[in-house]
Amino acid sequence: MNREATMNELNPALERMIPFLRLADQVRRRVQYPTVGIAGLFALWWWGGWLIANNEDTMAFASFAPGPTLAAFWDLVSSGNVWKPIESSLYRVGWGLFYAIAIGVPMGVMIGYFLTLKQITHVPFQFLRMISPLAWMPIAVLAFATWDGAIIFLIAIAAIWPITYATAHGVQRIDPMWLKVGSNLGANPIHTLRYIVMPAIAQDVFAGIRLAVGVAWIVLVPAEYLGVTSGLGYAINDARDTLEYDKLAAFVLVIGIIGYMLDAICVRLIKRSSYHAES
Amino acid sequence: MSKGFLEIENLSQRFPQPDSDDLMTVFEGVDLEIQKGEFVCLIGHSGCGKSTILNVLAGLATPTDGNVIMDNKEIKGPSLEQGVIFQNHSLLPWLSARDNVMFAVRARWPNWSKQKRLDHAEKYLKMVGLDHAMDRKPSQLSGGMRQRVGIARAFAIEPKLLLMDEPFGALDALTRGVIQEELLKIWSETHQTVFMITHDVDEAILLADRVLLMTNGPHAKVAESVKIDIPRPRERATLHQHESYYKIRNHLVDFLVHRAKDMSQEAQQEAAQGLDPRHQPRHVNPAKPSESAAPQERAAIRAV
Repeated sequence: MNREATMNELNPALERMIPFLRLADQVRRRVQYPTVGIAGLFALWWWGGWLIANNEDTMAFASFAPGPTLAAFWDLVSSGNVWKPIESSLYRVGWGLFYAIAIGVPMGVMIGYFLTLKQITHVPFQFLRMISPLAWMPIAVLAFATWDGAIIFLIAIAAIWPITYATAHGVQRIDPMWLKVGSNLGANPIHTLRYIVMPAIAQDVFAGIRLAVGVAWIVLVPAEYLGVTSGLGYAINDARDTLEYDKLAAFVLVIGIIGYMLDAICVRLIKRSSYHAES
Repeated sequence: MSKGFLEIENLSQRFPQPDSDDLMTVFEGVDLEIQKGEFVCLIGHSGCGKSTILNVLAGLATPTDGNVIMDNKEIKGPSLEQGVIFQNHSLLPWLSARDNVMFAVRARWPNWSKQKRLDHAEKYLKMVGLDHAMDRKPSQLSGGMRQRVGIARAFAIEPKLLLMDEPFGALDALTRGVIQEELLKIWSETHQTVFMITHDVDEAILLADRVLLMTNGPHAKVAESVKIDIPRPRERATLHQHESYYKIRNHLVDFLVHRAKDMSQEAQQEAAQGLDPRHQPRHVNPAKPSESAAPQERAAIRAV
Protein backbone atom coordinates (compact mmCIF):
# COMPACT_ATOMS: atom_id res chain seq x y z
CA MET A 1 0.00 0.00 0.00
CA ASN A 2 1.09 3.54 -0.43
CA ARG A 3 2.35 5.78 2.28
CA GLU A 4 -0.84 7.72 2.79
CA ALA A 5 -2.72 4.59 3.75
CA THR A 6 -0.19 3.66 6.42
CA MET A 7 -0.43 7.11 7.85
CA ASN A 8 -4.18 6.90 7.98
CA GLU A 9 -3.91 3.74 10.01
CA LEU A 10 -1.72 5.43 12.54
CA ASN A 11 -3.83 8.50 12.78
CA PRO A 12 -6.92 7.76 14.90
CA ALA A 13 -5.05 7.33 18.17
CA LEU A 14 -2.77 10.23 17.41
CA GLU A 15 -5.62 12.37 16.25
CA ARG A 16 -7.38 12.05 19.56
CA MET A 17 -4.23 13.27 21.25
CA ILE A 18 -3.85 16.35 19.12
CA PRO A 19 -6.11 18.70 21.10
CA PHE A 20 -4.31 17.73 24.31
CA LEU A 21 -0.91 18.17 22.75
CA ARG A 22 -1.95 21.55 21.44
CA LEU A 23 -3.24 22.58 24.86
CA ALA A 24 -0.05 21.37 26.54
CA ASP A 25 1.97 23.39 24.07
CA GLN A 26 -0.09 26.49 24.75
CA VAL A 27 0.33 26.07 28.51
CA ARG A 28 4.05 25.58 28.08
CA ARG A 29 4.38 28.72 26.00
CA ARG A 30 2.47 30.82 28.49
CA VAL A 31 4.20 29.42 31.55
CA GLN A 32 7.81 28.85 30.60
CA TYR A 33 9.22 32.37 30.89
CA PRO A 34 7.22 33.46 33.96
CA THR A 35 8.45 30.25 35.64
CA VAL A 36 12.04 31.23 34.94
CA GLY A 37 11.40 34.66 36.45
CA ILE A 38 9.74 33.28 39.58
CA ALA A 39 12.50 30.70 39.99
CA GLY A 40 15.10 33.48 39.72
CA LEU A 41 13.39 35.51 42.41
CA PHE A 42 13.23 32.49 44.71
CA ALA A 43 16.91 31.74 44.11
CA LEU A 44 17.80 35.29 45.02
CA TRP A 45 15.65 35.10 48.13
CA TRP A 46 17.15 31.80 49.14
CA TRP A 47 20.67 33.15 48.59
CA GLY A 48 19.90 36.24 50.72
CA GLY A 49 18.52 34.02 53.45
CA TRP A 50 21.63 31.87 53.31
CA LEU A 51 23.88 34.94 53.63
CA ILE A 52 21.91 36.21 56.61
CA ALA A 53 21.95 32.83 58.31
CA ASN A 54 25.74 32.52 57.85
CA ASN A 55 26.58 35.95 59.17
CA GLU A 56 26.96 36.12 62.93
CA ASP A 57 25.58 39.68 63.10
CA THR A 58 22.37 38.86 61.30
CA MET A 59 21.78 35.27 62.31
CA ALA A 60 18.81 36.29 64.45
CA PHE A 61 16.88 37.20 61.25
CA ALA A 62 17.41 33.84 59.55
CA SER A 63 13.68 33.16 59.45
CA PHE A 64 13.33 35.67 56.59
CA ALA A 65 14.52 32.84 54.35
CA PRO A 66 12.09 31.02 52.04
CA GLY A 67 11.75 27.88 54.19
CA PRO A 68 10.50 29.46 57.43
CA THR A 69 8.52 32.08 55.51
CA LEU A 70 6.61 29.53 53.45
CA ALA A 71 5.92 27.50 56.58
CA ALA A 72 4.56 30.61 58.32
CA PHE A 73 2.58 31.48 55.19
CA TRP A 74 0.99 28.05 55.21
CA ASP A 75 0.15 28.49 58.90
CA LEU A 76 -1.51 31.84 58.20
CA VAL A 77 -3.57 30.46 55.35
CA SER A 78 -4.55 27.17 56.97
CA SER A 79 -5.48 28.81 60.27
CA GLY A 80 -7.48 31.47 58.42
CA ASN A 81 -5.66 34.25 60.27
CA VAL A 82 -4.60 35.75 56.98
CA TRP A 83 -8.10 36.85 55.93
CA LYS A 84 -8.87 39.43 58.57
CA PRO A 85 -5.97 41.80 57.80
CA ILE A 86 -6.58 41.33 54.08
CA GLU A 87 -10.21 42.23 54.52
CA SER A 88 -9.43 45.42 56.45
CA SER A 89 -6.79 46.48 53.96
CA LEU A 90 -8.94 45.79 50.91
CA TYR A 91 -11.80 47.67 52.53
CA ARG A 92 -9.61 50.77 52.88
CA VAL A 93 -8.07 50.48 49.43
CA GLY A 94 -11.50 49.83 47.92
CA TRP A 95 -13.07 52.96 49.38
CA GLY A 96 -9.97 55.03 48.68
CA LEU A 97 -10.04 54.00 45.03
CA PHE A 98 -13.78 54.52 44.87
CA TYR A 99 -13.44 58.16 45.90
CA ALA A 100 -10.42 58.63 43.66
CA ILE A 101 -12.39 57.32 40.66
CA ALA A 102 -15.59 59.15 41.54
CA ILE A 103 -13.73 62.46 41.71
CA GLY A 104 -10.83 61.79 39.34
CA VAL A 105 -12.73 60.62 36.24
CA PRO A 106 -15.15 63.57 36.01
CA MET A 107 -12.29 65.93 36.82
CA GLY A 108 -10.17 64.33 34.11
CA VAL A 109 -13.00 64.60 31.56
CA MET A 110 -13.35 68.32 32.35
CA ILE A 111 -9.60 68.96 32.19
CA GLY A 112 -9.32 67.06 28.93
CA TYR A 113 -12.28 68.86 27.41
CA PHE A 114 -11.62 72.45 28.48
CA LEU A 115 -8.14 73.67 27.68
CA THR A 116 -8.59 76.66 29.98
CA LEU A 117 -9.30 74.40 32.91
CA LYS A 118 -6.17 72.42 32.13
CA GLN A 119 -4.11 75.60 32.20
CA ILE A 120 -5.73 76.81 35.42
CA THR A 121 -5.26 73.53 37.26
CA HIS A 122 -1.81 72.67 35.94
CA VAL A 123 0.36 74.35 38.60
CA PRO A 124 -1.76 73.60 41.68
CA PHE A 125 -2.35 69.98 40.66
CA GLN A 126 1.27 69.24 39.82
CA PHE A 127 2.21 70.89 43.14
CA LEU A 128 -0.24 68.76 45.11
CA ARG A 129 0.68 65.63 43.17
CA MET A 130 4.31 65.87 44.20
CA ILE A 131 3.51 65.96 47.92
CA SER A 132 3.82 62.50 49.42
CA PRO A 133 0.39 61.38 50.56
CA LEU A 134 1.93 60.38 53.87
CA ALA A 135 2.86 64.01 54.45
CA TRP A 136 -0.88 64.63 54.85
CA MET A 137 -1.02 62.08 57.67
CA PRO A 138 -1.11 64.51 60.63
CA ILE A 139 -3.74 66.66 58.91
CA ALA A 140 -5.76 63.61 57.95
CA VAL A 141 -5.75 62.35 61.52
CA LEU A 142 -7.00 65.72 62.75
CA ALA A 143 -9.60 66.06 60.02
CA PHE A 144 -11.14 62.60 60.22
CA ALA A 145 -12.85 61.15 63.24
CA THR A 146 -11.68 57.59 62.57
CA TRP A 147 -8.34 56.07 61.55
CA ASP A 148 -10.12 54.30 58.74
CA GLY A 149 -11.35 57.63 57.42
CA ALA A 150 -7.85 59.08 57.55
CA ILE A 151 -6.31 56.13 55.71
CA ILE A 152 -9.02 56.15 53.04
CA PHE A 153 -8.35 59.85 52.55
CA LEU A 154 -4.61 59.22 52.13
CA ILE A 155 -5.22 56.48 49.58
CA ALA A 156 -7.71 58.59 47.68
CA ILE A 157 -5.40 61.58 47.51
CA ALA A 158 -2.57 59.37 46.25
CA ALA A 159 -4.74 57.57 43.67
CA ILE A 160 -6.60 60.54 42.27
CA TRP A 161 -3.74 61.98 40.17
CA PRO A 162 -2.99 59.10 37.86
CA ILE A 163 -6.72 58.60 37.28
CA THR A 164 -7.34 62.28 36.57
CA TYR A 165 -4.46 62.68 34.17
CA ALA A 166 -4.98 59.39 32.34
CA THR A 167 -8.65 60.32 31.83
CA ALA A 168 -7.73 63.79 30.58
CA HIS A 169 -5.24 62.22 28.17
CA GLY A 170 -7.92 59.87 26.90
CA VAL A 171 -10.37 62.71 26.30
CA GLN A 172 -7.77 64.64 24.33
CA ARG A 173 -7.24 61.63 22.08
CA ILE A 174 -10.91 61.51 21.07
CA ASP A 175 -11.15 61.93 17.31
CA PRO A 176 -13.41 64.93 16.60
CA MET A 177 -14.81 62.81 13.78
CA TRP A 178 -16.47 60.46 16.29
CA LEU A 179 -18.27 63.40 17.87
CA LYS A 180 -19.31 64.57 14.41
CA VAL A 181 -20.74 61.13 13.70
CA GLY A 182 -22.61 61.27 16.98
CA SER A 183 -24.13 64.68 16.35
CA ASN A 184 -25.02 63.65 12.80
CA LEU A 185 -26.98 60.77 14.32
CA GLY A 186 -28.75 63.19 16.61
CA ALA A 187 -26.92 62.35 19.84
CA ASN A 188 -27.58 64.73 22.74
CA PRO A 189 -24.80 65.50 25.25
CA ILE A 190 -25.78 62.57 27.48
CA HIS A 191 -25.78 60.13 24.55
CA THR A 192 -22.44 61.50 23.43
CA LEU A 193 -20.97 60.96 26.87
CA ARG A 194 -22.45 57.49 27.25
CA TYR A 195 -21.89 56.04 23.78
CA ILE A 196 -18.89 57.92 22.42
CA VAL A 197 -16.81 59.57 25.15
CA MET A 198 -17.00 56.74 27.70
CA PRO A 199 -16.06 53.87 25.38
CA ALA A 200 -13.43 56.06 23.75
CA ILE A 201 -11.65 56.84 27.01
CA ALA A 202 -12.29 53.52 28.84
CA GLN A 203 -8.88 52.08 28.13
CA ASP A 204 -7.12 55.24 29.33
CA VAL A 205 -9.26 55.36 32.47
CA PHE A 206 -8.41 51.75 33.29
CA ALA A 207 -4.74 52.41 32.62
CA GLY A 208 -4.98 55.28 35.11
CA ILE A 209 -6.74 53.04 37.60
CA ARG A 210 -3.99 50.48 37.18
CA LEU A 211 -1.36 53.05 38.11
CA ALA A 212 -3.60 54.25 40.94
CA VAL A 213 -3.99 50.73 42.32
CA GLY A 214 -0.23 50.42 42.41
CA VAL A 215 0.18 53.70 44.26
CA ALA A 216 -2.72 52.97 46.63
CA TRP A 217 -1.37 49.55 47.52
CA ILE A 218 2.03 51.07 48.25
CA VAL A 219 0.62 53.90 50.38
CA LEU A 220 -1.63 51.53 52.30
CA VAL A 221 1.09 49.68 54.22
CA PRO A 222 2.93 52.68 55.73
CA ALA A 223 -0.44 54.30 56.44
CA GLU A 224 -1.42 51.22 58.43
CA TYR A 225 1.79 51.36 60.46
CA LEU A 226 0.23 54.23 62.33
CA GLY A 227 -2.66 54.10 64.71
CA VAL A 228 -4.84 51.32 63.37
CA THR A 229 -4.98 47.82 64.83
CA SER A 230 -5.91 45.91 61.72
CA GLY A 231 -4.74 45.44 58.16
CA LEU A 232 -1.61 44.12 56.51
CA GLY A 233 0.57 47.07 57.48
CA TYR A 234 -0.43 46.64 61.09
CA ALA A 235 0.20 42.87 60.86
CA ILE A 236 3.76 43.51 59.66
CA ASN A 237 4.45 46.02 62.39
CA ASP A 238 2.96 43.66 64.95
CA ALA A 239 5.11 40.74 63.75
CA ARG A 240 8.19 42.94 64.03
CA ASP A 241 7.36 43.92 67.60
CA THR A 242 6.89 40.28 68.56
CA LEU A 243 10.07 39.22 66.70
CA GLU A 244 8.17 36.76 64.49
CA TYR A 245 10.23 37.40 61.38
CA ASP A 246 8.90 34.39 59.50
CA LYS A 247 5.37 35.73 59.94
CA LEU A 248 6.52 39.20 58.92
CA ALA A 249 8.01 37.82 55.72
CA ALA A 250 4.84 35.79 55.13
CA PHE A 251 2.78 39.01 55.25
CA VAL A 252 5.19 40.64 52.82
CA LEU A 253 4.49 37.68 50.55
CA VAL A 254 0.73 38.19 50.98
CA ILE A 255 1.05 41.89 50.10
CA GLY A 256 2.97 40.98 46.95
CA ILE A 257 0.47 38.32 45.87
CA ILE A 258 -2.59 40.52 46.39
CA GLY A 259 -0.88 43.45 44.70
CA TYR A 260 -0.12 41.23 41.75
CA MET A 261 -3.71 40.04 41.58
CA LEU A 262 -5.12 43.57 41.71
CA ASP A 263 -2.77 44.55 38.91
CA ALA A 264 -3.79 41.52 36.86
CA ILE A 265 -7.46 42.51 37.18
CA CYS A 266 -6.62 45.98 35.91
CA VAL A 267 -4.67 44.55 32.97
CA ARG A 268 -7.71 42.45 32.10
CA LEU A 269 -9.96 45.51 32.18
CA ILE A 270 -7.55 47.47 30.00
CA LYS A 271 -7.40 44.67 27.47
CA ARG A 272 -11.15 44.29 27.36
CA SER A 273 -11.77 47.97 26.80
CA SER A 274 -8.92 48.62 24.42
CA TYR A 275 -9.37 49.27 20.75
CA HIS A 276 -6.96 50.07 18.04
CA ALA A 277 -7.64 53.47 16.54
CA GLU A 278 -6.28 53.60 13.02
CA SER A 279 -5.91 56.71 10.95
CA MET B 1 -42.30 77.73 -10.66
CA SER B 2 -42.07 74.31 -9.08
CA LYS B 3 -40.27 74.08 -5.81
CA GLY B 4 -37.39 71.67 -5.50
CA PHE B 5 -37.05 69.01 -2.84
CA LEU B 6 -33.97 70.77 -1.56
CA GLU B 7 -33.79 74.55 -1.85
CA ILE B 8 -30.65 76.48 -1.11
CA GLU B 9 -31.31 80.22 -0.98
CA ASN B 10 -28.71 82.97 -1.07
CA LEU B 11 -26.21 80.92 0.87
CA SER B 12 -23.06 82.78 1.94
CA GLN B 13 -20.19 81.99 4.23
CA ARG B 14 -17.75 84.55 5.60
CA PHE B 15 -15.00 83.92 8.08
CA PRO B 16 -13.07 86.39 10.22
CA GLN B 17 -9.44 86.70 9.21
CA PRO B 18 -6.61 86.58 11.69
CA ASP B 19 -4.77 89.69 10.38
CA SER B 20 -7.63 91.88 9.22
CA ASP B 21 -10.95 93.29 10.42
CA ASP B 22 -12.64 92.45 7.12
CA LEU B 23 -14.42 89.17 6.77
CA MET B 24 -13.17 86.71 4.20
CA THR B 25 -15.98 85.68 1.89
CA VAL B 26 -15.59 82.05 0.94
CA PHE B 27 -18.70 81.85 -1.23
CA GLU B 28 -21.78 84.00 -1.49
CA GLY B 29 -25.21 84.27 -2.98
CA VAL B 30 -25.62 80.61 -3.87
CA ASP B 31 -29.08 79.62 -5.11
CA LEU B 32 -29.59 75.93 -5.82
CA GLU B 33 -32.37 73.45 -6.27
CA ILE B 34 -32.12 69.70 -6.08
CA GLN B 35 -34.98 67.41 -7.00
CA LYS B 36 -35.99 64.33 -5.05
CA GLY B 37 -34.04 61.27 -6.12
CA GLU B 38 -31.40 63.29 -7.92
CA PHE B 39 -27.70 62.42 -7.72
CA VAL B 40 -25.75 65.66 -7.72
CA CYS B 41 -21.98 66.04 -7.62
CA LEU B 42 -20.17 69.23 -6.66
CA ILE B 43 -16.73 69.86 -8.10
CA GLY B 44 -14.40 72.73 -7.36
CA HIS B 45 -10.85 73.51 -6.37
CA SER B 46 -9.71 73.30 -2.77
CA GLY B 47 -10.72 76.26 -0.67
CA CYS B 48 -13.85 77.19 -2.62
CA GLY B 49 -16.07 76.11 0.25
CA LYS B 50 -17.42 72.80 -1.04
CA SER B 51 -17.16 71.11 2.32
CA THR B 52 -18.73 74.09 4.03
CA ILE B 53 -21.79 73.81 1.77
CA LEU B 54 -22.00 70.11 2.59
CA ASN B 55 -21.65 70.79 6.31
CA VAL B 56 -24.44 73.36 6.09
CA LEU B 57 -26.67 70.80 4.38
CA ALA B 58 -25.75 68.31 7.11
CA GLY B 59 -26.63 70.88 9.75
CA LEU B 60 -23.11 70.62 11.15
CA ALA B 61 -22.26 74.21 10.20
CA THR B 62 -24.27 77.43 10.23
CA PRO B 63 -23.96 79.70 7.19
CA THR B 64 -23.34 83.41 7.59
CA ASP B 65 -26.34 84.13 5.36
CA GLY B 66 -29.08 82.32 3.58
CA ASN B 67 -30.98 79.19 4.38
CA VAL B 68 -31.63 75.66 3.27
CA ILE B 69 -35.07 74.15 3.00
CA MET B 70 -35.52 70.44 2.62
CA ASP B 71 -38.97 69.00 2.03
CA ASN B 72 -40.54 72.33 3.12
CA LYS B 73 -38.59 72.38 6.37
CA GLU B 74 -35.60 74.51 7.16
CA ILE B 75 -32.41 72.68 8.04
CA LYS B 76 -31.25 74.14 11.31
CA GLY B 77 -29.13 71.45 12.85
CA PRO B 78 -27.96 67.91 12.39
CA SER B 79 -30.70 65.33 12.13
CA LEU B 80 -31.25 61.81 10.96
CA GLU B 81 -32.90 63.17 7.81
CA GLN B 82 -29.41 63.95 6.55
CA GLY B 83 -26.96 61.07 6.43
CA VAL B 84 -23.30 61.86 5.96
CA ILE B 85 -20.45 59.77 4.61
CA PHE B 86 -17.17 61.39 5.51
CA GLN B 87 -13.89 61.06 3.68
CA ASN B 88 -12.06 59.06 6.32
CA HIS B 89 -14.80 56.55 7.08
CA SER B 90 -15.26 57.81 10.66
CA LEU B 91 -16.22 54.48 12.20
CA LEU B 92 -16.14 54.07 15.95
CA PRO B 93 -13.06 51.89 16.46
CA TRP B 94 -14.35 50.02 19.51
CA LEU B 95 -17.42 48.70 17.70
CA SER B 96 -17.57 45.92 15.12
CA ALA B 97 -18.76 46.67 11.60
CA ARG B 98 -22.20 45.39 12.53
CA ASP B 99 -22.36 47.43 15.73
CA ASN B 100 -21.28 50.55 13.92
CA VAL B 101 -24.30 50.23 11.65
CA MET B 102 -26.52 49.12 14.56
CA PHE B 103 -25.47 52.24 16.45
CA ALA B 104 -26.92 54.40 13.68
CA VAL B 105 -30.00 52.22 13.22
CA ARG B 106 -30.79 52.42 16.92
CA ALA B 107 -30.46 56.19 16.86
CA ARG B 108 -32.89 56.30 13.91
CA TRP B 109 -35.51 53.87 15.19
CA PRO B 110 -35.12 53.63 18.98
CA ASN B 111 -38.39 51.73 19.31
CA TRP B 112 -37.52 48.85 17.00
CA SER B 113 -36.85 45.45 18.51
CA LYS B 114 -33.28 44.32 18.64
CA GLN B 115 -33.90 41.62 16.05
CA LYS B 116 -35.45 44.10 13.65
CA ARG B 117 -32.53 46.46 14.02
CA LEU B 118 -30.10 43.61 13.52
CA ASP B 119 -31.84 42.41 10.35
CA HIS B 120 -31.94 45.94 9.01
CA ALA B 121 -28.24 46.56 9.71
CA GLU B 122 -27.19 43.26 8.20
CA LYS B 123 -29.28 43.88 5.10
CA TYR B 124 -27.26 46.99 4.32
CA LEU B 125 -23.94 45.39 5.22
CA LYS B 126 -24.77 42.63 2.76
CA MET B 127 -25.61 45.23 0.13
CA VAL B 128 -22.05 46.55 0.32
CA GLY B 129 -20.67 43.00 0.23
CA LEU B 130 -19.53 42.68 3.83
CA ASP B 131 -21.45 39.52 4.78
CA HIS B 132 -18.27 37.83 5.95
CA ALA B 133 -16.72 40.70 7.89
CA MET B 134 -19.55 41.97 10.07
CA ASP B 135 -17.90 40.96 13.33
CA ARG B 136 -14.61 42.62 12.58
CA LYS B 137 -13.45 45.81 14.18
CA PRO B 138 -12.46 48.71 11.92
CA SER B 139 -8.78 48.09 12.61
CA GLN B 140 -9.21 44.61 11.12
CA LEU B 141 -10.75 45.95 7.91
CA SER B 142 -9.02 47.34 4.84
CA GLY B 143 -9.55 50.96 3.87
CA GLY B 144 -12.09 50.02 1.24
CA MET B 145 -14.04 47.81 3.61
CA ARG B 146 -14.17 50.54 6.22
CA GLN B 147 -15.57 52.95 3.69
CA ARG B 148 -18.17 50.35 2.75
CA VAL B 149 -19.25 50.14 6.38
CA GLY B 150 -19.55 53.93 6.32
CA ILE B 151 -21.73 53.69 3.21
CA ALA B 152 -23.87 50.94 4.75
CA ARG B 153 -24.30 53.04 7.89
CA ALA B 154 -25.38 56.12 5.94
CA PHE B 155 -27.82 54.20 3.72
CA ALA B 156 -29.17 52.17 6.66
CA ILE B 157 -30.72 55.19 8.36
CA GLU B 158 -32.56 55.86 5.07
CA PRO B 159 -32.08 59.61 5.21
CA LYS B 160 -33.99 61.99 2.98
CA LEU B 161 -30.70 63.41 1.84
CA LEU B 162 -27.41 61.57 1.62
CA LEU B 163 -24.30 63.72 1.81
CA MET B 164 -20.88 62.49 0.78
CA ASP B 165 -17.67 64.43 1.25
CA GLU B 166 -15.11 62.93 -1.13
CA PRO B 167 -16.05 59.47 0.07
CA PHE B 168 -13.47 57.68 -2.03
CA GLY B 169 -10.66 60.20 -1.77
CA ALA B 170 -8.57 58.05 0.53
CA LEU B 171 -8.91 54.83 -1.48
CA ASP B 172 -6.66 53.38 -4.13
CA ALA B 173 -7.90 53.52 -7.72
CA LEU B 174 -8.92 49.86 -7.99
CA THR B 175 -10.92 49.81 -4.78
CA ARG B 176 -12.46 53.15 -5.67
CA GLY B 177 -13.76 51.73 -8.94
CA VAL B 178 -15.33 48.73 -7.26
CA ILE B 179 -17.02 50.77 -4.56
CA GLN B 180 -18.27 53.35 -7.05
CA GLU B 181 -20.11 50.60 -8.87
CA GLU B 182 -21.50 49.24 -5.62
CA LEU B 183 -22.67 52.71 -4.71
CA LEU B 184 -24.40 52.98 -8.09
CA LYS B 185 -26.08 49.64 -7.51
CA ILE B 186 -27.39 50.58 -4.07
CA TRP B 187 -28.47 53.98 -5.33
CA SER B 188 -30.39 52.44 -8.21
CA GLU B 189 -32.26 50.31 -5.65
CA THR B 190 -33.03 53.04 -3.14
CA HIS B 191 -33.07 56.23 -5.23
CA GLN B 192 -31.83 58.38 -2.41
CA THR B 193 -31.29 62.04 -3.05
CA VAL B 194 -27.52 62.34 -3.04
CA PHE B 195 -25.28 65.37 -2.78
CA MET B 196 -21.64 64.44 -3.21
CA ILE B 197 -18.37 66.33 -3.28
CA THR B 198 -15.60 64.96 -5.43
CA HIS B 199 -12.34 65.95 -7.10
CA ASP B 200 -12.62 63.23 -9.67
CA VAL B 201 -14.23 64.26 -12.97
CA ASP B 202 -14.71 60.68 -14.14
CA GLU B 203 -16.31 59.70 -10.88
CA ALA B 204 -18.76 62.57 -11.23
CA ILE B 205 -19.66 61.58 -14.79
CA LEU B 206 -20.19 57.98 -13.78
CA LEU B 207 -22.39 58.72 -10.80
CA ALA B 208 -24.20 62.00 -11.21
CA ASP B 209 -27.33 63.25 -12.94
CA ARG B 210 -25.94 66.74 -12.64
CA VAL B 211 -22.54 68.18 -11.84
CA LEU B 212 -22.30 71.54 -10.12
CA LEU B 213 -19.15 73.50 -10.85
CA MET B 214 -17.75 75.97 -8.39
CA THR B 215 -15.39 78.82 -9.19
CA ASN B 216 -12.34 79.40 -7.03
CA GLY B 217 -12.63 81.26 -3.76
CA PRO B 218 -12.71 83.77 -2.31
CA HIS B 219 -16.13 84.97 -3.50
CA ALA B 220 -16.72 81.57 -5.02
CA LYS B 221 -19.91 80.89 -6.95
CA VAL B 222 -21.70 77.83 -8.13
CA ALA B 223 -21.32 78.86 -11.73
CA GLU B 224 -22.71 75.97 -13.74
CA SER B 225 -24.98 73.02 -13.47
CA VAL B 226 -23.87 70.50 -16.06
CA LYS B 227 -26.31 67.83 -17.10
CA ILE B 228 -24.77 64.39 -17.50
CA ASP B 229 -26.80 63.26 -20.48
CA ILE B 230 -25.76 59.60 -20.45
CA PRO B 231 -28.46 57.00 -19.93
CA ARG B 232 -28.39 54.61 -16.97
CA PRO B 233 -27.42 51.98 -16.08
CA ARG B 234 -23.89 53.23 -16.58
CA GLU B 235 -20.80 51.10 -16.32
CA ARG B 236 -17.28 52.21 -15.80
CA ALA B 237 -15.96 49.91 -18.49
CA THR B 238 -18.21 51.23 -21.26
CA LEU B 239 -18.86 54.77 -20.11
CA HIS B 240 -16.19 56.36 -22.27
CA GLN B 241 -17.66 54.80 -25.38
CA HIS B 242 -20.78 56.91 -25.11
CA GLU B 243 -20.84 59.70 -27.67
CA SER B 244 -21.45 62.43 -25.09
CA TYR B 245 -18.74 61.30 -22.71
CA TYR B 246 -15.85 63.35 -24.08
CA LYS B 247 -18.00 66.40 -24.70
CA ILE B 248 -19.01 66.37 -21.06
CA ARG B 249 -15.57 65.53 -19.80
CA ASN B 250 -13.90 68.27 -21.87
CA HIS B 251 -16.43 70.77 -20.65
CA LEU B 252 -15.79 69.89 -17.01
CA VAL B 253 -12.00 69.82 -17.33
CA ASP B 254 -11.98 73.09 -19.27
CA PHE B 255 -13.95 74.71 -16.49
CA LEU B 256 -11.64 73.44 -13.78
CA VAL B 257 -8.44 74.31 -15.62
CA HIS B 258 -9.35 77.70 -17.10
CA ARG B 259 -12.70 79.18 -16.34
CA ALA B 260 -12.82 78.50 -12.58
CA LYS B 261 -9.95 80.96 -12.19
CA ASP B 262 -11.16 83.53 -14.73
CA MET B 263 -14.64 83.61 -13.29
CA SER B 264 -13.22 83.93 -9.82
CA GLN B 265 -11.43 87.12 -10.88
CA GLU B 266 -14.64 88.47 -12.39
CA ALA B 267 -16.48 87.65 -9.18
CA GLN B 268 -13.92 89.51 -7.12
CA GLN B 269 -14.19 92.58 -9.34
CA GLU B 270 -17.97 92.44 -9.06
CA ALA B 271 -17.69 92.14 -5.30
CA ALA B 272 -15.38 95.16 -5.21
CA GLN B 273 -18.01 97.12 -7.19
CA GLY B 274 -20.65 96.06 -4.67
CA LEU B 275 -22.87 94.16 -7.11
CA ASP B 276 -25.46 91.73 -5.80
CA PRO B 277 -23.66 88.37 -5.69
CA ARG B 278 -26.83 86.31 -5.67
CA HIS B 279 -26.81 83.88 -8.57
CA GLN B 280 -28.19 80.66 -9.94
CA PRO B 281 -25.98 78.26 -11.82
CA ARG B 282 -26.17 78.37 -15.58
CA HIS B 283 -27.69 75.15 -16.85
CA VAL B 284 -25.48 73.47 -19.41
CA ASN B 285 -25.84 70.31 -21.43
CA PRO B 286 -22.56 69.74 -23.25
CA ALA B 287 -24.12 66.85 -25.16
CA LYS B 288 -26.74 69.19 -26.67
CA PRO B 289 -25.37 72.74 -26.56
CA SER B 290 -28.63 74.21 -27.92
CA GLU B 291 -30.45 73.26 -24.72
CA SER B 292 -28.14 75.26 -22.51
CA ALA B 293 -29.79 78.21 -20.85
CA ALA B 294 -28.45 81.72 -21.04
CA PRO B 295 -26.50 82.89 -18.00
CA GLN B 296 -28.06 85.16 -15.37
CA GLU B 297 -31.52 84.21 -16.51
CA ARG B 298 -32.97 84.40 -13.05
CA ALA B 299 -31.31 87.67 -12.21
CA ALA B 300 -33.01 89.18 -15.25
CA ILE B 301 -36.38 87.84 -14.20
CA ARG B 302 -35.99 89.27 -10.77
CA ALA B 303 -35.06 92.66 -12.12
CA VAL B 304 -38.37 92.92 -13.99
